[in-house]
Amino acid sequence: MDNRGALRSFLSERAVDCVLAWADQADAMHRFQVSCADTEEAALEAGILPARYRRNQRMISTAQQLTLFRSTVAVVGCGGLGGFVIEELARLGVGHLVAIDPDTFEEHNLNRQIFSSPATLGRNKALVAREHIAAIHPGVEVAPLQAAFSREQAADMLTGVSVVVDALDSVPDRVALSEACEALQLPLVHGAIAGWYGYVATMLPGDRTLQHIYSRVTSRRGIEAQLGNPAFTPAVVASLEVAEVCKILLGVGSLLRHQLLCVNLLDMEIENIRL
Amino acid sequence: MQITVKLYLTFRLGRFANQVLACPPDATASHLAQRLGIPDTEIGLILINTHQAELEQHLVEGDTIALFPIVGGG
Repeated sequence: MDNRGALRSFLSERAVDCVLAWADQADAMHRFQVSCADTEEAALEAGILPARYRRNQRMISTAQQLTLFRSTVAVVGCGGLGGFVIEELARLGVGHLVAIDPDTFEEHNLNRQIFSSPATLGRNKALVAREHIAAIHPGVEVAPLQAAFSREQAADMLTGVSVVVDALDSVPDRVALSEACEALQLPLVHGAIAGWYGYVATMLPGDRTLQHIYSRVTSRRGIEAQLGNPAFTPAVVASLEVAEVCKILLGVGSLLRHQLLCVNLLDMEIENIRL
Repeated sequence: MQITVKLYLTFRLGRFANQVLACPPDATASHLAQRLGIPDTEIGLILINTHQAELEQHLVEGDTIALFPIVGGG
């Protein structure tokens, strides 16, 4: 029996009711000198669920968990929206993340950016994201790109990616991102926040929703320039974006295509604007 | 003519969420925005009767216009 076969047998023996405890997974990593990702994939391929996903089980099957684990999602921006998006995708079980951000953490990020802390001030956001996720879920690979997204670099930055998440903080950058995703035929989940408010929309190639919405907008920034951003708004919008990503990857549910979800936490209204 | 105006997010502040306004017969989306004190440059999305519209579009009796601000933070 080759190593892979031996690994699968070991995992199968240790699994209880097709659920594998973390201690056994860690034991397998040590015995077979393989990575956490290797044991994760081997388990899921064998129909065994790593115990960390038990609370996903009723809505995401083991086979679907494998689909998520084999997927690569790019998160463009690792700040307010991006931090929540990255953490949620990793906990969900998406196996490969590309974290893109040229910036370093600053003090004013501490009110909302979940990877920011006094200890991470001055450090690149994408690198810190990788460290943070390694501690939460060692099986998830985070490829940090310490660079600003650009149309010129898009093909390189988004190689191998299945879905792109907009976690940017400028309007022109978002238009460039949507153009790039269109050219690369990649689904894009858009999110934007300001104060009590936010927007979410999903574009499959050909939809061109953002290009239509922002066709006449010349401003770099929106109302966030006056309102700032509290902790809860990026969390809400990021979570909506992650739900969209999950549905795209699994091919389930209804997507926010040709729509703009308008989130108003001040008046507690979430309205689906058909476009 | 009577136009239903729906304002979203910050455009509501100091104004209203939903109101019927009397407008001159040749009013455009731009005129309406100006009358409400909303600068053109702040408008992200304009919908007239649920269809995306431009500032210069003329309104007709019974139209519903919705104005959304630009949100670009992350």
